[in-house]
Amino acid sequence: MISQLVILWTDALIFLLITLAVAFGVYASRKAHLRRPWGLVVRSRVGVGTMVVLAFYLSVGVLDSIHFHPAAESPDSAGKVIYSSEIISLFDSMVSGLRARQEKTYSAPLATHLYAKESTEQADGSTIRDFPRLEHGGSHLSDPDQRDADIVRLSAIGILKGLAVSVVAANILIVLLAVAARRTFGERAREVLSANTEIPWRVVLTVLGMMLVITFWSAELASRYHILGTDKVGEDVFYQALKSIRTGLVIGTLTTLVMLPLAIMLGIMAGYFRGWVDDLIQYVYTTLNSIPGVLLIAAAILMLQIYMSNHAEEFNSLVERADLRLLFLCIILGVTSWTGLCRLLRGESMKLREVDYVQAANAFGVSHLQIIGRHILPNVLHIVLITVVLDFSGLVLAEAVLSYVNIGVDPTMNSWGNMINSARLEMAREPIVWWSLAAAMIFMFTLVLSANLFADVVRDAFDPRLGSSR
Amino acid sequence: MMAYIVRRAIYSIPILIGVNVLTFLLFFVVNSPDDMARMNLGLKRVTPEAIENWKQERGYHLPLLYNASAQGTARLTETVFFQKSVKLFRFEFGSSDSGRDIGYDISQRMWPSLAIAVPVLIVGLLVNISYALLIAFFRATYIDFWSVVLCVVMMSISGLFYIIGGQYLISKLLHLVPISGYDTGLNSIKFLILPAIIGVIGGIGSGTRWYRTLFLEEINKDYVRTARAKGLSETRVLFRHVLKNALIPILTGVVVILPLLFMGSLITESFFGIPGLGSYTIDAINSQDFAIVRSMVFLGSVLYILGLLMTDISYTLVDPRVRLS
Repeated sequence: MISQLVILWTDALIFLLITLAVAFGVYASRKAHLRRPWGLVVRSRVGVGTMVVLAFYLSVGVLDSIHFHPAAESPDSAGKVIYSSEIISLFDSMVSGLRARQEKTYSAPLATHLYAKESTEQADGSTIRDFPRLEHGGSHLSDPDQRDADIVRLSAIGILKGLAVSVVAANILIVLLAVAARRTFGERAREVLSANTEIPWRVVLTVLGMMLVITFWSAELASRYHILGTDKVGEDVFYQALKSIRTGLVIGTLTTLVMLPLAIMLGIMAGYFRGWVDDLIQYVYTTLNSIPGVLLIAAAILMLQIYMSNHAEEFNSLVERADLRLLFLCIILGVTSWTGLCRLLRGESMKLREVDYVQAANAFGVSHLQIIGRHILPNVLHIVLITVVLDFSGLVLAEAVLSYVNIGVDPTMNSWGNMINSARLEMAREPIVWWSLAAAMIFMFTLVLSANLFADVVRDAFDPRLGSSR
Repeated sequence: MMAYIVRRAIYSIPILIGVNVLTFLLFFVVNSPDDMARMNLGLKRVTPEAIENWKQERGYHLPLLYNASAQGTARLTETVFFQKSVKLFRFEFGSSDSGRDIGYDISQRMWPSLAIAVPVLIVGLLVNISYALLIAFFRATYIDFWSVVLCVVMMSISGLFYIIGGQYLISKLLHLVPISGYDTGLNSIKFLILPAIIGVIGGIGSGTRWYRTLFLEEINKDYVRTARAKGLSETRVLFRHVLKNALIPILTGVVVILPLLFMGSLITESFFGIPGLGSYTIDAINSQDFAIVRSMVFLGSVLYILGLLMTDISYTLVDPRVRLS
């Protein structure tokens, strides 16, 4: 497939974030005081189970972050490839079926008929009002009554496929484990299945199997039906919910990326230098903190809207515009949320500067910069990590609320908040249109629940003093 | 004591000035009043006269910081900064962009906000503390484990879902209370009961979990062991010793949000059509009324700083170990 790559702002930052995460992982694996807690995390059943679920979300998000202009169907007369002006992502092209199969308006999950009645003209010239068949959902059936049997058949195929893939994946994993431990396949398999391993591989395999079965099952059904129905303009709700994953992840992660440099630098400086530096930094964060977060975000987004509507010519496409608004939202969320971490780091560095080895380094005439880099920063990293992981789920939930107040992401962008926002009017319809809301809730709940559970495990592993929560 | 309060109050003045300057920068410097006018009048084909007119009506036609055309002190007072920002210190909010008196609106709308926020706070506290005490009593049993699971699950559900689900279940299916609206006096109870219940339920997850942590921290302390060694019953230990000491962080956590109760809840109020300050703010955001948003930002900051002040004072009142310094 020939295509022209487009790198949006948030894409670039996501890949920067991934690079940083990998670099931190390599760094942590070399330091005993960071490796040990990670060992605790991967030995916990909840920890590895939620990691698998999060990995599924993450892979959708990453695939959805590689954007390009697809090549048009036919090259121009000179044989040159023409690129469409539309920007799509790798994920879009993988599920192009979902994107293309648009209906006229609402339809219930797995339905074969539209939600609303329409007048259709019969062959003999008379018109009747009835629910018309969907253009795509279940259109392969000659008789809609066969739907239930067809769904059962497709489900069986999908589940079997999923099981087959998970069995293959399990076998590959056990082979790798056997090779790594220099044992035979049979021995290792028995150990894994009887949960007799240090890292709970059985949990990994169970959760992985479940996710794979769900993936293949929904993929099989989604190729013929709208498994979560369609929205007002006939777009597939399942597709929207999947696309929203990226938005949620971007808000949850980029916000912390934005806030980290500020919080780490100022927090350590305030705690380490004390004196007027401390006073100044404390003043700055108390001032920012005393403005209610929602109002500061609202004010900033209002200003951005004015700027964008007055400078409409600067944005090449709707996607880029929506992307910039998303980035700006992350920045402003970061500005409102860095103060908490900054305060924690200030307190911790205040304690650390009195520690003997820092005093000794000071006496030897080591420069402040080196002391901070060598002694202070490595010793506060666990606080940074705990904060990042704990903040994630709150930010995903905040996105929904902000979008509801119209100060969240761009209305044209797929996000769970926008889905819930539109669902408000749909709930008042008769019969009610519940599927948009339900889809957004299920996807969001799964992500936030796994993130919350994972965050608890990470916090308990890194900070034993706080470990009384479980 | 008095001297301490006064000193603390003086400390908060620079912070208020900082908030004021920040909002001024955000609202008038990042985007000029011209931009705002163009936005409000519709973007296409706005004549310069119309913009000038719009600014004149709302007092945005003055220079931002320094009025060279005026005389004496008027050079500083006849400016947007003085008229719009400095006057906030005297709680003169002026009139909104649509011409209503903001100060009057706030004084009218804060009562419905309180009517919903106070019951949610009190009932929520009672429910969360009792549940957390129950968990602490049955600590390290299945009740404890499943309660924590329940709390994490409840924390993971978006607050919007509680509201939409509650409205659907109670109002639409069961027809117990009206979906939304507000009335004066005692008639308002039937409108307030559902948002209050939903507010309490939405807060159980995080609240209970937090209080449970506080209780368990307290339970592991030496004096509790001493109390048990004296032969006190478990309930007595829990209520007389643990609860009393754990109440210190709980109370100070509550005191900080007390003043902010006036601001109301943005989401709940707009979902249930309660004419409080929360829905006032949302309406202002949606109609892009900058004067109201600016006033609410300032008011919110004042209330937050007041909350901090009250927290410090309450610490010294409930915990004799904290000295005034």
